Amino acid sequence: MTSPVAVRRPKARLGDRLFAGATTSAGLLIVLALAGVAVFLVVQGIPALHAPPADLRGATNIVAYVWPLLYGTLLAAAISLVIATPLALGVSLVISHYAPRRLSLTFGYIVDLLAAVPSVVYGLWGIGFFGLKLVPLFAWLQQHLGWIPFFAGPASTTGRTILTAGLVLAIMVLPIITAITREVLAQTPTLQQEAALALGATRWEMVKMAVLPHARSGIVSAVMLGLGRALGETMAVAMVLSANGVITLNLISNTNPSTIAANIALQFPDATGLGVNALILSGLVLFVITFLVNFAARAIVARSAREAS
Amino acid sequence: MSDLHLRRFTIAESVSYDGADRTPDVPPEAAAPVAPEPVSRTAPQAAAHLPLSHGRLPRWAPVLVAVVAVAASTLVSLSLHWNKFGWAVFAVAVYAVALPAWSRVVENGRAAKDRLMTTLVWSAFVIALLPLVSLIWQVVKNGIGVLNAEFFTYSMRNIIGPGGGIYHAIMGTLLITLAAAVISVPIGLLTGIYLVEYGAGRLARTVTFLVDVMTGIPSIVAGLFAYALFVLFFGPGVRMGIGGAVALSLLMIPIVVRSCEEMLKLVPHELREASYALGVPKWRTVLKVVLPTSMAGIVTGVTLAVARVVGETAPLLIIAGSTDSVNMNLFNERMMTLPVFIYYSFTQPGVPPQYGQERAWGAALVLIAIVMALNLLARLIGRFFAPKTRR
Repeated sequence: MTSPVAVRRPKARLGDRLFAGATTSAGLLIVLALAGVAVFLVVQGIPALHAPPADLRGATNIVAYVWPLLYGTLLAAAISLVIATPLALGVSLVISHYAPRRLSLTFGYIVDLLAAVPSVVYGLWGIGFFGLKLVPLFAWLQQHLGWIPFFAGPASTTGRTILTAGLVLAIMVLPIITAITREVLAQTPTLQQEAALALGATRWEMVKMAVLPHARSGIVSAVMLGLGRALGETMAVAMVLSANGVITLNLISNTNPSTIAANIALQFPDATGLGVNALILSGLVLFVITFLVNFAARAIVARSAREAS
Repeated sequence: MSDLHLRRFTIAESVSYDGADRTPDVPPEAAAPVAPEPVSRTAPQAAAHLPLSHGRLPRWAPVLVAVVAVAASTLVSLSLHWNKFGWAVFAVAVYAVALPAWSRVVENGRAAKDRLMTTLVWSAFVIALLPLVSLIWQVVKNGIGVLNAEFFTYSMRNIIGPGGGIYHAIMGTLLITLAAAVISVPIGLLTGIYLVEYGAGRLARTVTFLVDVMTGIPSIVAGLFAYALFVLFFGPGVRMGIGGAVALSLLMIPIVVRSCEEMLKLVPHELREASYALGVPKWRTVLKVVLPTSMAGIVTGVTLAVARVVGETAPLLIIAGSTDSVNMNLFNERMMTLPVFIYYSFTQPGVPPQYGQERAWGAALVLIAIVMALNLLARLIGRFFAPKTRR
């Protein structure tokens, strides 16, 4: 963008040059910082490729060490999204279409408050209250639905299961999905909604035919951003989950796979030597996965924005 | 007359289209024979056979069904000894079945589906809000008991059992968050200015994209980055407050950039052009015209960013560590922070565990209060100091 001033005065002033230089270097610094994250994690992570089992908590090599963690990460994130996505859609619909206009603003603030609660407090609530309340539910699930591998049991009596962790994660990603979804829903063309109503559509038919088709790509990207958050969430999982590194489909027992982030938080304070490098390498894996997920989400947003314009 | 005929035809179509959902007071043969008859005189009779409007449930129908559902659920759960949870689920289930069923009988299938979806959407909303209410209630209930003067003014040095406080953690959180803000506000602000005022071409696109990506960096990865960076200078096992600040600023910068960018874009171009027309150089225009106009929004954004990182635990656990003593030096040794304090006093409460866990709830209450206060402050700043752009 060449401003008229610059055109009239080809000789740039010192102040202008300094200021432009300062802002540009701030932008460059961000590029450098992100490159630095990748480089430092790679440099510190590479030594772990040859770590002996003693530094990997018994795993024979680094792949065997990271794989159960990756499985746990994906499982917890999947549980949270399965629960959070329909709820977030409902909440967004209430805020954008169902609630009276005056209330919807307040509802929006309340959902934002959910996002503001620190994750360690969610962890505290999950382990000190929520998990304990779920114990009867786990017992019931094992008793009545025990033939499904997910609920094979034995049911946990402390409530520190991966299902609890997934539920807490669902509560935490819900406001993130809602924040984007409700913006997308609010941007659907009013004329089409009114046209649908004028043709005699009920409110749900209007939502189904005039709102949701417009919002689909936005909702998908919102869910993927929520996925990115669920994959990287640390403290809530570290506190809630009782983990011992098994790979299992069982959601309600005391033996669960850990997640990458929670494992780092739990092991790092006491880790030494190559154990630290192994943790950093697992962090690199997490970084790459969340990077890809966010990248895909942003690409979907950008594509739908281009199609809209 | 042709107009009337047309309307008839539409109604007949819509009734036959509905098929199975036909309301009971419209007999099947009513639809077909209407059209061929001479209309003018028989119109009132035809209307009696074929109402122009569907039956509708009265306005108070949902309330009535809700009352019935609650009553039925109370009866069932009292006789079967269910708890509150079972009672609530059953009541909602009864409501979600009864109202659409009634609507299907009196109105039609489409209206019934609409009522069902309305019920589902609102239940999703309530289910989503329950955890928030429960969480705040639990934190206040469990935490309010330990709050006293000692709790805010003592550290945990040499404390076993009751007593002690979170002074060291509050100080650590304040210092580290302040340092993070000092690092990230200039960088974030300058980057925002670059993107809006100077940015063009590949670098600007790259920066925009990377800022988006940075928003999604897991906090624990930010902590690992700070650790890997500081290990280069200070050797393995480094713990330092400033490292926590670096990790937090990695999380904070993208939020600051985003909000600054949004706010700077809102500044009307006429202001900039007026300034250029007066011969003011670009850098002075930005500093004296653009920034003051958008200052309220930027301060709001920065406050929200601070509120976001003040509760971050994972990076501080890794690089700032934990200690029982007051440490005011960001560049030396471990520093305690509020989130890390909550984590350790709940998971490693000592013996007997009761006192440590009480302190964890108390600290959680303090942390939530700080975060909520910052959020409220941000909204107030945004509301009262917003530039008056409209005349």
